[in-house]
Amino acid sequence: MLYLNEHNLPIFSVSELSSALKKTVEDQFSLVRVRGEISGFKRATSGHVYFTLKDQDAILDAVAWRGTALKFPFNPEDGLEVICRGKITTFPGRSKYQIIVDSMELAGEGALLALLEKRKQKLLAEGLFDPARKKPIPFLPLIIGVITSPTGSVIRDILHRIQDRFPSRVLVWPCLVQGEGAKDQIAAAINGFNQLSTTSGLRPDLLIVARGGGSIEDLWTFNEEIVVRAAANSSIPLISAIGHETDTTLIDFASDLRAPTPSAAAEMAVPVRQELYEKLVHLQFRASHSARKKVQIHTLNLTNITKHLKQVLSKFDEKNQKLDLYSEKLQHSVRLLMAEKTNTFQAISHKILHPKHKVQLMEQEAKNLFKTFKESYEKTITFKTNAFKQIAGFLKPSSIVNNIQKNHENLNLYQKAMTKNVSQLMKDKINITQQNAVLLKTLSYENTLNRGFVIVENQDHKTITSVENIKQNDNVMLRFKDGKVKAKVQ
Amino acid sequence: MLPEIKKMSFEEAMKELEEIVKRLEDGRGNLEEAIDMYERGIGLKQHCEKRLREAQMRIEKIMLADDGTPNVEAFESV
Repeated sequence: MLYLNEHNLPIFSVSELSSALKKTVEDQFSLVRVRGEISGFKRATSGHVYFTLKDQDAILDAVAWRGTALKFPFNPEDGLEVICRGKITTFPGRSKYQIIVDSMELAGEGALLALLEKRKQKLLAEGLFDPARKKPIPFLPLIIGVITSPTGSVIRDILHRIQDRFPSRVLVWPCLVQGEGAKDQIAAAINGFNQLSTTSGLRPDLLIVARGGGSIEDLWTFNEEIVVRAAANSSIPLISAIGHETDTTLIDFASDLRAPTPSAAAEMAVPVRQELYEKLVHLQFRASHSARKKVQIHTLNLTNITKHLKQVLSKFDEKNQKLDLYSEKLQHSVRLLMAEKTNTFQAISHKILHPKHKVQLMEQEAKNLFKTFKESYEKTITFKTNAFKQIAGFLKPSSIVNNIQKNHENLNLYQKAMTKNVSQLMKDKINITQQNAVLLKTLSYENTLNRGFVIVENQDHKTITSVENIKQNDNVMLRFKDGKVKAKVQ
Repeated sequence: MLPEIKKMSFEEAMKELEEIVKRLEDGRGNLEEAIDMYERGIGLKQHCEKRLREAQMRIEKIMLADDGTPNVEAFESV
């Protein structure tokens, strides 16, 4: 190869060339955006950060000075796909070039999602999403604070929905909802509402943070830590309503309630007034109905008790009437009985004689009897005397004397014979008697008693000799040798 | 209406009213209690009704003064 103009080429020193290169490169690439994956990320003690941007075939050194690095919207780390903006400079001392980064953003949805997940884990670990932190949403808030853009459909939807359901007082805190400054405004609004004193008459008792739908980048503000922390720390219950139902931002985890859309947030914020009216009317109806029923039951009970009481009283009357009847009958009976007994008494009392009178009567009777007896006696005497006198005339003494004499002689004869016989007889009889006395003594019942036998007598002192003559429970007398004892047959 | 009822929130009053209605419907307790409960229930109902009747839409927006203190002014919906 032959270079004809070879000798006309100026000759640069290394420094001259390096300086020329520097000028060319820096003029040409004074503001570029370059996309690549972070690698070898280092933060020096000075605060400057150094890393490499790379893709499949090339690498580019990058540096961000301290002031810039602090403003990064996320913490850069290895593997993150980012877009850096800055200028290209060369570093003649080491034959190198690099990009001085003045801003950095995440490149692509994948990168954002990865960062989101990382941030979510961090805040979760801090406890910002704890269910225990969730505050109940008031049933019927007095003032609703709405943090959103003052223009657009979101605020309109929210206001209309509140108006339809339950007209309320609404305080709007206008904010940017995307782009530079949005996160600070929203965090300031949440904190600002919380700082309002209860006496100001402005402090809401419910907050709604809302934004309409958009890309993940559009909604990114609501993934920012400053916003999420403000929501988590709000002492006023907060409903988040960011994007559409499928969009989830970190503020949704920190809020007390997540609404799928801004309209839904309004529905969660206030009940429907008309429904409450109807419920109230219904409750009043039920209360009246129950109270009336209670009164009716008591009235019915009272009526029944009164009826029963009347029945009891009427029974009482019946008994009273019977009592009257009986007492009248009783009085009547007593009077009748008294009258009857009085009559009987009077009738009898006529018949009862005074004892003196009775004695007189008896005396009279005795006298009469005596008189009758005396007359009859005297008559009999007279009759007998006359009869005797007649019989006496027939009596002749001689025959009687003869008879007497003859009989006298016979008598003497008989007397002699009799005397002789009698003395012999007497002797015999005495002997027999003596023998019998001995025998008698042996056989006497006293002796038998002495031997332990007992004589049983009945109440008439008759000796009982057979069981046929004795019955159970008869009173008997047991006679021992030395006395008597009463006994009862068992 | 009892002053204590006036101080109650809508929700508290509504809840107590519902409890009263349930107890009335149970039918337990004596007549005097039932009447007292009923009267209280009516007071609670009136309190709630008043809150519903007086509900009005009022929209304002926060305006921050230069020193950062918030003020309110009417919000014109656009």
